Amino acid sequence: MLKFLARRLAGAVVLVFAVTALTFTAMSAISGSVARQIVGQTASAADVQAKAAELGLDRPVWLRYGQWLGGAIHGELGRSWFSGESVGSLLGGKVPITVSLVLASVVLSVVVSVAIGVAAAVRGGWIDRILQTLAVAGFSFPSFVLGLLLALVLAVQLGWLPAVGYQPFTEDPGLWLASITLPTIALTVQVVAATSQQVRGSMVDVLQSDFVRTLRSRGISAPSLYLRHVLRSAAPPALTVLGLQTIGLIGGTVVVEKVFGLLGLGTAIVSGSTQGDLPVVMGVVAIMVVIVVVINLALDLAYAWLNPKVRTS
Amino acid sequence: MTITEGNATAVADTPGIQQPRRGALRRALRDPGVLVPGVLLLVIAAACVLAPLLTKQSATRSSIEDTLAGFSGDHPLGADGVGRDVLARLLYGGRESLLGALLATVTAAVVGGPAGLVAGYFRGWFDSAVNWVFSLLLAIPGIIMLLVVLVAFGNNIYLTMAALGVLLAPNVFRLVRAAVISVRGELYVDAARVSGLGDARILRRHVVRVVVAPVLIQAAQLFGIGIIVQAGLEFLGLGSTTSPSWGAMLNDAFANIYQGPLLTVWPSAAIVVTVVLAALLASGVRDVVQARGRARTVVRRRKPVTRSAAGSPPQPMGESLLRVEDLCVRYRDSEVVRGVSLDVRRGEVLGIVGETGSGKSQTAFSVLGLLPPDADWSAAELRFDDVDLLRLSDRQLNAVRGRRIGYIPQEPMTNLDPAFTIGWQLVEPMRRHLRLSRPDARARAIELLDRVGIRDPRRVMRAHAHELSGGMAQRVLIAGAVSCEPELVIADEPTTALDVTVQAEVLELMRSLQKEQGMAMILVTHDLGVVADICDRVVVMRSGAVIEANDVTGLFAEPAHAFTRTLLRSTLVDAPMRAPLAVPSAEVSA
Repeated sequence: MLKFLARRLAGAVVLVFAVTALTFTAMSAISGSVARQIVGQTASAADVQAKAAELGLDRPVWLRYGQWLGGAIHGELGRSWFSGESVGSLLGGKVPITVSLVLASVVLSVVVSVAIGVAAAVRGGWIDRILQTLAVAGFSFPSFVLGLLLALVLAVQLGWLPAVGYQPFTEDPGLWLASITLPTIALTVQVVAATSQQVRGSMVDVLQSDFVRTLRSRGISAPSLYLRHVLRSAAPPALTVLGLQTIGLIGGTVVVEKVFGLLGLGTAIVSGSTQGDLPVVMGVVAIMVVIVVVINLALDLAYAWLNPKVRTS
Repeated sequence: MTITEGNATAVADTPGIQQPRRGALRRALRDPGVLVPGVLLLVIAAACVLAPLLTKQSATRSSIEDTLAGFSGDHPLGADGVGRDVLARLLYGGRESLLGALLATVTAAVVGGPAGLVAGYFRGWFDSAVNWVFSLLLAIPGIIMLLVVLVAFGNNIYLTMAALGVLLAPNVFRLVRAAVISVRGELYVDAARVSGLGDARILRRHVVRVVVAPVLIQAAQLFGIGIIVQAGLEFLGLGSTTSPSWGAMLNDAFANIYQGPLLTVWPSAAIVVTVVLAALLASGVRDVVQARGRARTVVRRRKPVTRSAAGSPPQPMGESLLRVEDLCVRYRDSEVVRGVSLDVRRGEVLGIVGETGSGKSQTAFSVLGLLPPDADWSAAELRFDDVDLLRLSDRQLNAVRGRRIGYIPQEPMTNLDPAFTIGWQLVEPMRRHLRLSRPDARARAIELLDRVGIRDPRRVMRAHAHELSGGMAQRVLIAGAVSCEPELVIADEPTTALDVTVQAEVLELMRSLQKEQGMAMILVTHDLGVVADICDRVVVMRSGAVIEANDVTGLFAEPAHAFTRTLLRSTLVDAPMRAPLAVPSAEVSA
């Protein structure tokens, strides 16, 4: 168990390192023109040079990355090149928005995928056919298109839910829920389409195994048989799919935030990257990779809980 | 928006990888499930390529007086927020969307395919290294990286789509690798190697062909993902600001969502329809490839067809505890049990003997309602004590199963739930049937484990199935079967999978438990030695029918049927001498 966790943790560290290093290198490639943009088109070449030196652009990339990494480990993400504001405080208010969306979508996805997948595997028939159709439909509706259509119909035309804006949970949980409902639904559909398929598939496989027949012979009730025993053995492959889908979902928040006017991390990275604001982009990337890593570790723990062989070996 | 591909089971779902099938693709091209979405996709692509023939309007020229214009002869779908023709933008924009998605798909296949082929075929360090790199790629939040790439390369959408292809490559890699590993173990690949074919030749002739169908299926899905991701990036306002694309149209529509809500619909429809067609194409190809493989059984409930003699009063049961009358079981076209009738009296041990495939186990499962869902079965009567088993709902049946009828399976290692502790699996039915509290049920479970000869019952209670030996697991299953003191235990070849020494002990355990609790037992076996040991009466089955029934002494003294005589002869010649059995003590094989 400890070995299993240690391996996963090591992988997580490498991932954080690799993604931030790649991003830093790519962003540095365009940093040359950024100094000019900051000081303005009318500034002299000397001013541009001075600005570049101030930003440290005259030093090698690996050195600057090392410096950034050293700061980031201590929670110091630097200052925005354009506004001069500290990246930590700039992003601090945006993290809850994106994390709300991601967590709500993961929770909703798990609940719905399990419900549909189990029903389709156990009942078969029309539920199963609906699931197959939904899987194709869900795959084909990207979250932002779905979000746009939802916003168009439910918020713009019918006015049922707010189309834009975020309400902090701490101020009014009801409004918070209303403000993230549509974006969460938009993000969930694709995840559910893939995950419920996997839940169904592995449920069908487990249902054919010997131990299920023996459990039936013991007269165990249907809910316990399906939800406790069969689902538990069927869950690991579904967790793998859910993990991959969650990573995609984190990317999806960037687009969905724009649709629903949520000023989260996605909005920050879009404006940051178009400007070439390296510290802001690095800040967002670092936070998002950490979110990915935390969710993956949580899934690994769930995996170990579900599969006793992992724990004892 | 999801870059990672959810279909982790693509390999398992594609029996085509198990053996190469010539002409599978040619057959696919004639299948409507493939043909219809395929042709429609081609129509869309053709419309985009031939855009100048379909519209005279420019996709980029804006005119202020046409801003948000409605439908007209000039603008069949109206004009957008800066007065550009929507239809022209849809057609010309499709070029960039389709080309970009194609580029991502091809890149993914070119990067992931050969790597998977080599890694799966040669394994070793290359396999672990590439596998590690690709699993890292899978964990990268794609959109974020693409944003950075897009900015770093001066808004070049095609370069970005190639980068997307690299991010998607792990999906192809894993699929190809898994397919190659599975085909590599096939006998015909071994045969090719023995006959001196080089690796390159084997890869080309045997392995590549197997991989083509699953990769094509996946390519269609990746194409859909490419369309979606590209549109997402352009929707964010990235990519070229001048050339039209479906994503850029959405961006414009979003800016005008209140004034021109319909503007959202056209590019959305273009994206969704294209992706749906790609997904349908993928599942169409999969269906064709799969149709030749094992048809996947979907769990279905089928009501048993009862052929009960209506109107006849219930027969007096006498001492009969279980009565089976004219039981038939069939799967699709083959009838595996044909008109079996048998009786079990209270406290007696009935042996059901016969060869493999004679329908013994199917008969036993029918009594417990444990036949697989695709079995079709019927019986004139299926009565347990005063309960008509034919009339019970699943829920009512669950009150009998485990409580009044116990079951001991054949293969101990696969019949325990691998995810739960032994203790949990013993306690759950007792709490349900006997309404015991958790501590009481635990105490009784420990007693039971002790009774069936498990040495450290408390430790075993906490153990999982994979920590037990076969003999221990079978003892646990026996303890489970008798835990609620059933009146009847059905044992389906309970000793076949065990070591010979353990066999004798387990058999002796079953006999002593049966005597102790005074329960009846049906013992399914092909071993006449076992029958002689513990059965009171015997039913001999062959090809799904009962050919002889007698008490044990009668059967061994004067077998009526020729087949029974053959069985007896072969047993007498082959059977090892049986020593008198000792009372089971400690677990030997633990």
